[in-house]
Amino acid sequence: MIEFHLETRSGVPAYLQLVQQVRQAVRLGILQPGDQLPTVKEVVTRLTINPNTVLRAYRQLDHEGLVEGRRGVGTFVGGDAPPLPPDDVKELRSSLQRWIARARAAGLDEENMAALFADTVRPPVISKVA
Amino acid sequence: MSSVPALRTDDLGKRYGSTWALRGCTLEIPTGSVTALVGPNGAGKTTLLQLAVGLSRPTCGSVAVLGRSPQEQPRELLPRIGFVAQEHPLHRGFTISETLELGRRLNPRWDGDAARERIDRVGLPLGQKVGKLSGGQQAQVALTLALAKRPELLLLDEPVAALDPLARREFLNSVLEAVSESGVTVVLSSHIVADLERVCDHLVILAGAHTQLAAPIDGILASHPLLTGPRSDAAAVARAHDVIRESHTARQTSLLVRTDRHVYDASWESHEIDLEEIVLAYLGQGRSHFPARETHAEAVAG
Repeated sequence: MIEFHLETRSGVPAYLQLVQQVRQAVRLGILQPGDQLPTVKEVVTRLTINPNTVLRAYRQLDHEGLVEGRRGVGTFVGGDAPPLPPDDVKELRSSLQRWIARARAAGLDEENMAALFADTVRPPVISKVA
Repeated sequence: MSSVPALRTDDLGKRYGSTWALRGCTLEIPTGSVTALVGPNGAGKTTLLQLAVGLSRPTCGSVAVLGRSPQEQPRELLPRIGFVAQEHPLHRGFTISETLELGRRLNPRWDGDAARERIDRVGLPLGQKVGKLSGGQQAQVALTLALAKRPELLLLDEPVAALDPLARREFLNSVLEAVSESGVTVVLSSHIVADLERVCDHLVILAGAHTQLAAPIDGILASHPLLTGPRSDAAAVARAHDVIRESHTARQTSLLVRTDRHVYDASWESHEIDLEEIVLAYLGQGRSHFPARETHAEAVAG
């Protein structure tokens, strides 16, 4: 089971935040095939959020094939949701931690690191003129 | 789910003496939505809700609730509406138990088990006198009465205005829980804008007795960019888009516009802003005697 949270100032729509949190939990293996998502009512009362927002998020996840809604029972993580291999995740996480330590030592703050990461993962279309 | 709107008004107006409390109000609130009715005090929110439950008659125009007229067909309609008036009036000398008994006797559709279960869930003793309860607890009792009718439409007039933040959160939780259980349509008026974005999916802005905007919140956010650019005249933008608010500094102009199209003019940078700022811009616009709109203090400072 996962517990959702909302960042009100992030500018990301609430339903999309829920979708992203499920996607991430599945990738990291926190949610596994067959696991049940919190019921709509549970999410509503925990976050004081509109039920239609939760339904929209669950519909989208269903549409993506990540979860499966069973009428009157609940919403479950689908069987074909591929998590990242746990050993690889562990290894990658620890090498990332080493990288972060080096970046901090070099004086980069969190925002700088995120920018550097985003820039490396997705190089800008227009190359900079030196 | 039926396609009849939960609430529909057409050129609805209400005049008290020579003052229009509500005028030219045309809107449609879809079934199954949670709609916020926002506006400053005196904007006509209470007037609109009272017209919707038949507590007053329109001076002009029409109002239909669940497809029926609250003034002409109250017997068919009223059992299907739950209404919590401002200050949630209750008999202070009654215990909660007696209050529920009164509800049972007055309402043909009454779910007494659900009512007692709700009171139990919010942790209130049935034998307690209503007058001894806190504001938040009284609000919960009033909400319980409204929900025990198993309404299709729940109308709440400023339900959280007088509550502290925790009681406010608990009250909204109860409302949303009811929505997730029964799919009841909710219209709640409020002059507090914070929180509405996560609680509601539709928004109606009333200001100066007129409807300024009535739309799904998603659509409102998408269609109201804030444009910033070098100081310039808003006229060119105003030809293509509605300018809701403009402000200038010595070097920069900011325009909040309403548009269903992309703004292509490269001299403007487009930003997304949150719902509260959009609402405040409309409320400022509705106030015609509010001169600060076009001459911000920064303009002088430059």
